[in-house]
Amino acid sequence: MPVLRWIRRNLVVIAGLLTLAYMILPNIVVMVFSFNKPNGRFNYAWQRFSLDAWKDPCGVADLCGSLSLSLQIAFWATLGATALGTMIAFALVRYRFRARGAINSLIFLPMAMPEVVMAASLLTLFLNMGAQLGFWTVLIAHIMFCLSFVVTAVKARVMSMDPRLEEAARDLYAGPVQTFLRVTLPIAAPGIAAGAMLAFALSFDDFIITNFNAGSTVTFPMFVWGSAQRGTPVQINVIGTAMFIIAISVVLVGQVIASRRKNNARP
Amino acid sequence: MSLTEAPPAPPADPREPVLRKPSTRKRLVPYWLLLPGILWLVVFFALPLVYQASTSVQTGSLEQGFEVTWHFQTYVDALREYYPQFIRSLLYAGTATILCLLLGYPLAYLIAFKAGRWRNLVLVLVIAPFFTSFLIRTLAWKTILADGGAVVDVLNTLHVLDVTSWLGWTESNRVLATPMAVVCGLTYNFLPFMILPLYTSLERIDGRLHEAAGDLYATPATTFRKVTFPLSMPGVVSGTLLTFIPASGDYVNAELLGSTDTKMVGSVIQSQFLRVLDYPTAAALSFILMAIVLLAVTFYIRRSGTEDLV
Repeated sequence: MPVLRWIRRNLVVIAGLLTLAYMILPNIVVMVFSFNKPNGRFNYAWQRFSLDAWKDPCGVADLCGSLSLSLQIAFWATLGATALGTMIAFALVRYRFRARGAINSLIFLPMAMPEVVMAASLLTLFLNMGAQLGFWTVLIAHIMFCLSFVVTAVKARVMSMDPRLEEAARDLYAGPVQTFLRVTLPIAAPGIAAGAMLAFALSFDDFIITNFNAGSTVTFPMFVWGSAQRGTPVQINVIGTAMFIIAISVVLVGQVIASRRKNNARP
Repeated sequence: MSLTEAPPAPPADPREPVLRKPSTRKRLVPYWLLLPGILWLVVFFALPLVYQASTSVQTGSLEQGFEVTWHFQTYVDALREYYPQFIRSLLYAGTATILCLLLGYPLAYLIAFKAGRWRNLVLVLVIAPFFTSFLIRTLAWKTILADGGAVVDVLNTLHVLDVTSWLGWTESNRVLATPMAVVCGLTYNFLPFMILPLYTSLERIDGRLHEAAGDLYATPATTFRKVTFPLSMPGVVSGTLLTFIPASGDYVNAELLGSTDTKMVGSVIQSQFLRVLDYPTAAALSFILMAIVLLAVTFYIRRSGTEDLV
């Protein structure tokens, strides 16, 4: 049977594509259901096509407020975690110092711990200090759990850097600041950018730690969580789809620019 | 190059730190670089764990306040009352991890060796789901697995649900609100965390090793078993850890896709902390979960012999 033989030969490809379909399916459902007009409060069953939600994405109370809050928190958390994490990564790769083992474990442990444990323990700290739960406690938590991921991303890049480039810069009479700004930083930039993007995604999408430490502040994931109990507005799907399209276009534009540059580089 | 030829001297590793006699000011540089970030982790990660340990041995009430009384009975009571949720968490997270490995490996292999010029596109498609909030995507599974929906119909026609309901994974005519729905959600949510490390370690494998194995009359299956899979072990280890650890503490999938019979330990910790306000019990539960996960991770890393994960 030629069909069976073809299947056997391409088994890996078929299995891989099935997994890919499994991963993409929910995104398609989210997209399709952003055009739904549900009968009840919940947007789980298809009724009929409608553009209502797309025409009025902020039509649900608190939805866009929570979205803008999430973006603000993600922005500041990214900034904080990237700055602190990049400094740690440089220290780890470039310098010798005491207690390296302890510092390495302190960076590794937050990634090896279930989120709910960090969330619960941080809340006990805030309760003991009598801190007011809200924007600041969420921001503190987000910087904390994004930090380790930034360190890992930047460290990988700095480790693969050739220190002879910096020596060359010094040999050519560049001062320490000039060497750092014009040689070290540009080479490390892709790692820092990767860490920052990871931090932004982690912070923007975080639910468990935020749920514990936000008090009555409502971020976008918390809004979605609440709506799963009260009724899911179609606008949630609109936001989800829009985020998806924006992110994909950014990636595609980046790819096109990168390949253009490559083509220009070798005429 | 023939094998008898002496190997060329290895080039000096450019990553070797260059040792100079630094001045005192220079010697302090790494500490200044480390200080803010490490301080942040100490105050907002390590210190809270201490507070949590202390809370777990306190007694008292919300009105009169809590006091450390070294009341270890809380641990015994918490375990006695909530051991089903613990077992369930480990079982669901373990099953989801194995499923992620089985589903993720072919896709990682496909991207690394078979995708050719489609590689970047497939990689983007793997990361793409991240761009829609994971809660929204998890809610989409409510539609996909809905009672009387296409998936349930097909599984019913193929009599799959008869088997799974006999095993206790589903009910005879529904998937939603059963263990299978929760495991399905967990698997879905953590698949990228399995695929990316797998892909990274597979991509590093020299393709000529496959050719060499073929030249030595290894069948494709033997090549995979003796060459590819052992070389991808670092990816397997970090992928399974990155899946199992978050899955064991997750309560989003259990709450959104499951029922009261599928509650995981994360749900219990959450409700004890935020609704019941029984802080000692919640802290004890959280502490036990942390201990179990850390022990499992340490044991697993030792067994698999890859210490260098960070």
